[in-house]
Amino acid sequence: MNTATLELKNVSKLYRVGKKAVHALNPISFDLLGDPARIITVAGESGSGKTTLASIMLGLLGPTTGQVLYEGKDVSRLNGAQYRDFRKNVQAVFQDPFAVFNPFYQVDHLLEVPIRKFNPGLSKVARRKAMEEALEAVGLQPSEILGRYPHQLSGGQRQRINVARAIVIKPKILVADEPVSMVDASLRANILEALVSLRENHKVNILYITHDLTTAYHVSDSIIVLYRGSVMEAGDITKVVESPQHPYTQLLINSIPWPDLERKWDNQQYANPDIQEISGAGCKFYSRCPNRQSGCQVTPQLVPLFPSHLASCLLHQPQANLDSNLTQNL
Amino acid sequence: MKYLLDITGLTVSYYTDIGRAIALNQVDLKLKQGEKLGLVGESGSGKSTMGLAMMRMIKPPGKVEGGSVVIGGVEMLQLSDKEMLKKRLSTISYIPQGAMNSLNPVLKIKRQMIDAYKAHYPNHKLDQVLQLAHEAMTSVELPEHVLEMHPHELSGGMKQRVCIAIGILLRPQIIIADEPTSALDVVTQRQVIETLNRVQQKIGSALILIGHDMGLMAQSMDKVAVMYAGEIVEINDVQTIFTNPKHPYTQALISSLPRLQNRGEFRGIPGMAPSLYRLPNGCRFHPRCNQQQPQCQTTSPHKSVFEDEKYVTCHLYEAS
Repeated sequence: MNTATLELKNVSKLYRVGKKAVHALNPISFDLLGDPARIITVAGESGSGKTTLASIMLGLLGPTTGQVLYEGKDVSRLNGAQYRDFRKNVQAVFQDPFAVFNPFYQVDHLLEVPIRKFNPGLSKVARRKAMEEALEAVGLQPSEILGRYPHQLSGGQRQRINVARAIVIKPKILVADEPVSMVDASLRANILEALVSLRENHKVNILYITHDLTTAYHVSDSIIVLYRGSVMEAGDITKVVESPQHPYTQLLINSIPWPDLERKWDNQQYANPDIQEISGAGCKFYSRCPNRQSGCQVTPQLVPLFPSHLASCLLHQPQANLDSNLTQNL
Repeated sequence: MKYLLDITGLTVSYYTDIGRAIALNQVDLKLKQGEKLGLVGESGSGKSTMGLAMMRMIKPPGKVEGGSVVIGGVEMLQLSDKEMLKKRLSTISYIPQGAMNSLNPVLKIKRQMIDAYKAHYPNHKLDQVLQLAHEAMTSVELPEHVLEMHPHELSGGMKQRVCIAIGILLRPQIIIADEPTSALDVVTQRQVIETLNRVQQKIGSALILIGHDMGLMAQSMDKVAVMYAGEIVEINDVQTIFTNPKHPYTQALISSLPRLQNRGEFRGIPGMAPSLYRLPNGCRFHPRCNQQQPQCQTTSPHKSVFEDEKYVTCHLYEAS
């Protein structure tokens, strides 16, 4: 077995504010293998630790415990050349398609800077060609985009340019943090399509971070559901979305406003999400869970229930013959 | 045949350095008491302008250039500023986009509710006002001690519900909610929308929900109005919009929706919405339309009206 491109080993993150400490991310371990390329969704509501996880994977934030390994080497101990290689191969797309552009430069600038930095030997013609290829890969017409200023483009186009910028230097991994949440619903399809074609045609592994399970269901292969920094459920996307096992995932899926008159919200009442969590041991979802019981004060383990389907809930008995390793189930 | 809300020929433009942007062009809309209408469209299609125009809150460089907005027999656009001030919140109320930024950060929630009430009834006793404030908080399912809190102590969903509570304080006949959940996650979103529906039912007002999430419309609205480049291209009951949409734009919108059945299929709408400064001749949607006909490039389509004030603006339906 070859080494994983990016490997998280017991990574956790603790934020301290004065005397208070918040476990933004409880220890989590998984690998992003280079081949075959996959799209993995990290889902959860605000404050579930999604963005913290993304920042750690991008090397923007150091983990409190554990290690992030890039091709077997600790990201925090890379030397100059290795770090450049890491930066080149692990790229990001952020949430806001407006904030990342400098309004004074043509969009060419945004695309050209990474090429100059990581591929300094390229001629002007070759650079132009790389830019055009990247734009075509995300479904844009280079002639309509190059030479324009950001204000002349729509939010959907800008966000696709951000994806193009990330892939112009042919990374192995793309971390997309809520790439469609600020884009009109009617334009989301185009961006998601661009992500899927990256995986298919360019073998890019994508970590898709979102709170929107509808789009996650459409683009990704597998999913990790986070709640207050802990993994509630993980596995194959169709299994998790079509038959969620953890009460939290069930809540998330029942809350999706499906654009379907046949599938209305059910009448089940859930506890108010505004209730503040008491930190400490036990299931993080305890205070909101409709099925809570006394045993829930012990932190449940993430255990396999079915092939490619893990959950951490006392309601479910682990299947001993199945692998409990997160990576193997994604 | 009486309508609570009767908008005809409403036209709003914004005058800027690069010219006149027609944000609303001859828009008609009728709504009965207790009806729930979803107003959908892409960014820049005029959804929020429509809500603001009904509230008479269009500010320069924007200008209402024509049409009428009649609520319960009263022409809103003819009222004096002082009279309009009285109408806001008591007859028609607007729950703004991004509740995060619409509450005053230095005042307690209670104070903000009292202010709103006192503006309409300066002579009422404080006890009476507080009684109503408590009722409003109960109907949005917030504990009463929230009244004593400042906005920064509340979560996004709670702030949005406070805004709803203020919006319904005086039991308006029409509530306009402008993308009330766009910054919230799914679980909170569901709660806010359900709260909105419950209070709407309780006070029997009409509700206009502005947004671009068709899922929310399917979950809770009776009718849907689809806007494109400053015009309503189709108004229909929610059933027809989802199962048998008439206008090609509505059809494209519906087929672009991610559903459970069509996993992995993506059908975006090709092209982009026109700039409001340079609108195409003829039908505004024709450059992106897949059922384009010769006259679409030259002539604007008229409304083809069906029963119950539903209509579609498209040449395909003009003959019948």
